[in-house]
Amino acid sequence: MSVLAHLPALVVIAPLLTSPLVLLLKPRGLAWLAALVASLASFAIAIALTTSVLEGTTPGYEMGGWPAPYGIGLTIDALSAIVLLVVTGASSFALLAGRASIDSQIAPARQPYFYAAWLLAVAGFLGIAVSADAFNIFVFMEISSLACYVLIAGGPDRRALPAVFKYLIIGTVAATFYLIGVGLIYMMTGTLALADMESRIEAVADQSPILVAAGFITIGLALKAAVFPLHVWLPNAYTHAPHIVTVFLAACATKVAIYVLLRFDFFVFQQNLIGHELQFSFFLLPLAVLAVLIASGAALAESNLKRLLAYSSIAQIGYILLGASLVSVEGLTAGIVHLFNHALAKGALFLAVAGLALGASGLDLEDLRGIARKRPWTMAAFVAASLSLIGMPGTAGFISKWYLITAAIEQGPLGMVLVTVIVVSSLMALAYIWRVVEPAYFQSSETSSSAGEPAASTRGGAISWLAAVTWIAVAANFYFGLQPALPLSLAANAAGLLLGHMP
Amino acid sequence: MITVFGIFLLSLLVITALAIVQTRNLFVAVMLAAIFSLLMAANFFILDAADVALTEAAVGAGVTTVILLSALALTAEREKRSGSIRWISVAVVAVTVLILIYATFDKPALGDPDAPVHQHVAPWYLEKTPVFMDIPNVVTAVLASFRGYDTLGEVFVVFVAMVGVLFVLGGDGGRSGPITTPDPGLRHHLIPKVVGRLLLPFIILFGLYVQFHGEYGPGGGFQAGAIIATGLILHALLEGEQAALRSVPAGAMQALVVAGASLYGGVGVACMLLGGSFLDYSVLHPDPVTGRQIGIIAIELGVGMAVCGALLSIFHAFAAREH
Amino acid sequence: MEILGYFNYWVFAIVLMIGLYAVIARGNLIKKLLGLSIFQSAVFLMYITMDKVEGGTAPIIQPGAVDQLYSNPLPQVLILTAIVVGVSTTALGLAIVVRIREAYGSIEEADILEEDIYDPEDQKEDPIP
Repeated sequence: MSVLAHLPALVVIAPLLTSPLVLLLKPRGLAWLAALVASLASFAIAIALTTSVLEGTTPGYEMGGWPAPYGIGLTIDALSAIVLLVVTGASSFALLAGRASIDSQIAPARQPYFYAAWLLAVAGFLGIAVSADAFNIFVFMEISSLACYVLIAGGPDRRALPAVFKYLIIGTVAATFYLIGVGLIYMMTGTLALADMESRIEAVADQSPILVAAGFITIGLALKAAVFPLHVWLPNAYTHAPHIVTVFLAACATKVAIYVLLRFDFFVFQQNLIGHELQFSFFLLPLAVLAVLIASGAALAESNLKRLLAYSSIAQIGYILLGASLVSVEGLTAGIVHLFNHALAKGALFLAVAGLALGASGLDLEDLRGIARKRPWTMAAFVAASLSLIGMPGTAGFISKWYLITAAIEQGPLGMVLVTVIVVSSLMALAYIWRVVEPAYFQSSETSSSAGEPAASTRGGAISWLAAVTWIAVAANFYFGLQPALPLSLAANAAGLLLGHMP
Repeated sequence: MITVFGIFLLSLLVITALAIVQTRNLFVAVMLAAIFSLLMAANFFILDAADVALTEAAVGAGVTTVILLSALALTAEREKRSGSIRWISVAVVAVTVLILIYATFDKPALGDPDAPVHQHVAPWYLEKTPVFMDIPNVVTAVLASFRGYDTLGEVFVVFVAMVGVLFVLGGDGGRSGPITTPDPGLRHHLIPKVVGRLLLPFIILFGLYVQFHGEYGPGGGFQAGAIIATGLILHALLEGEQAALRSVPAGAMQALVVAGASLYGGVGVACMLLGGSFLDYSVLHPDPVTGRQIGIIAIELGVGMAVCGALLSIFHAFAAREH
Repeated sequence: MEILGYFNYWVFAIVLMIGLYAVIARGNLIKKLLGLSIFQSAVFLMYITMDKVEGGTAPIIQPGAVDQLYSNPLPQVLILTAIVVGVSTTALGLAIVVRIREAYGSIEEADILEEDIYDPEDQKEDPIP
């Protein structure tokens, strides 16, 4: 077999097998370097796989040489490809930018463990995205979840600990719900491979275990994806995690759960369960609207920068689900494009936050007074990235909102309500971003400037480097705002695939 | 007769679970949890799942209990009396269970040979294992080869747990104070000491038997790793933390995990280099059946090393925190 | 026999309920983790129940035995994995509980919430130098 044929497996294996080796790299910096190299290798493989998906192929792989359903198969279609790009891209950018920020928050002796956990989180997310087997998804979900708990627990504030404990409990209950659902489907169909499930579920689709399984899987994944009102674990976990971990998790953790939700609901259930399409819409559409409005409102009232952005993330998950719950090509395309674009915008925003944290005494909005004078480039990057979050024309965020509005209008009278919701929430986004911009630019810090400037001379290089990488991420937001062909064609392709499984 | 016994065990299981939730004494709760695991293992055994029973007994009743007890020593032994019953949680739980009981009525009954589970993939495994691998234990064949990729993932779940525990408990937080009193272990208790020392070689021997006999009977890397780890933890409890760390240092335990995980992954990569898929052991030897047997033995060894090292590291991370 | 055929599944549902109740309603963090492992064990029971075949034996092929029925190996493999996942989660959870106890002096949810609300000193981040 040529190397190319192995790519679907290698994208997962590269970070997975590097992680134990990272533990052995005690000297300062080497662990970081190894993690970065593995992450970049996965990024390169993800790009290669995306290219072949765009050429119209569907790369697959048979683990151990056993064909599914007897062995475990991997499949990469447009939907997986977009998740692969988001995960590997977010991880590579965060690691590339974040050395200084990580050094300031994690003691050197603990860093090899930190980077090993980081690679396992990456491998877990990628393993979920390429897998075509329901139980294999569970295994990699657990790898990524446990690794995420470890990463968040690295937060220097003691409040990270209760936050991560709550996440651990809710995450485990969610994964177990998923396991119950998979078990019930297995009980009725005798298979674990997703494609096989789809064809075999038809005969038993009207029986109670399958209906209950659909419910358990949807609830379990909605918990993982922090769908309102099951989001309670998210704000504290994002707030108290190390800053660079927040960059990575905000860009991809919940997106991967949404990916599994879409894949299961459309590939396995839609075609076979009577009225599932309506149930799916009735369940998710109201939740999506509530998420968008209530979480944006919460962000308006929040006084901590990271928590403010975390609530904004919950609102953005609402947008993605809003698009998906319309169950139309346009809606799904909008949702999936937003999955990509929001990762770009939130990743860039949290990178900027990590940069600001190196110069501020804290991340409450009060602490940020006058920060624009101290960190002009970082703050400017924050503002530019938030334009994408709000959805200004010319940015990536505009593309997804435009598609979302187009998809909503097609729904008739209900659509106009949805359009209103989208416009109102965009204005709310403008308002909560202004709450950050105002103190940063138009208030001066009362405390002496030396307080928040520990060893500025030695860190100067590191801070400029972080700002530079942040600007690259911001530039990506503008690039994909002006040249949206790549995410759009992947998303349209994925939407077609998902709807191809409709009756 | 076996049915009556099953119902008896299951009823005990429910009672034990209720008692665990009811008691305010956490020490009692942990002991009951060990009993719960043993009852569960007995249930698995009468349901023909010998491998799972062995694992549940070694991992659930053995290692988990020891880790729970070390954690209790570092926290509190009694649970505070909380306020009133939270009705909303009762409602959530009740709804979940009613839905699950609703789902039972269309399920195939216990032991029904016509159930869909027994039709599609499972007969293929039972039929093809002798052809492809020529080993009797089909569970080992599925675990190590047909679904070997899941098992690789499982090894990394254990690995991430170890990384996590060392990351969370490690650093310098726990070791800042000088160790004043040498840890006596249980050495001043005569009976545990004598019995423990007598048992130790047999536990290790049994672990090795389970490791290398996994292709023929119940057992394999997970069970063996857990059993050997339990034996070494017993050694640590008897002789004291310091003495145990002298015989197996912390670095060696981590190296064991890294070596085990890398052995598993390395076998997979070797298969790729020899022209097969990842974890396709048939290319390891000119005769595919022999190749698969070699592969299975090698990855089972990797699993055993990784599990044993990880469980020991986790135990010692808790134990070291006590000083 | 009809009733008995479902007895295992009812026990699964009841044990699951007991575990979930402890997770949601109990304020003690260790009790929550114990509840979590009861909750997971219940699911193991569901999987293992479906692997049983009437008159079958453990899936270890006996040479020479003709027409021997074997139970289903696949759920067993899945649950072997799930048991290991369970112990890993418990160990990591306990490590976090130990740290919570050191940082807050308590492992009761209510005490921890109270500590964080009435401790404005702790609002500032404390970066490691």
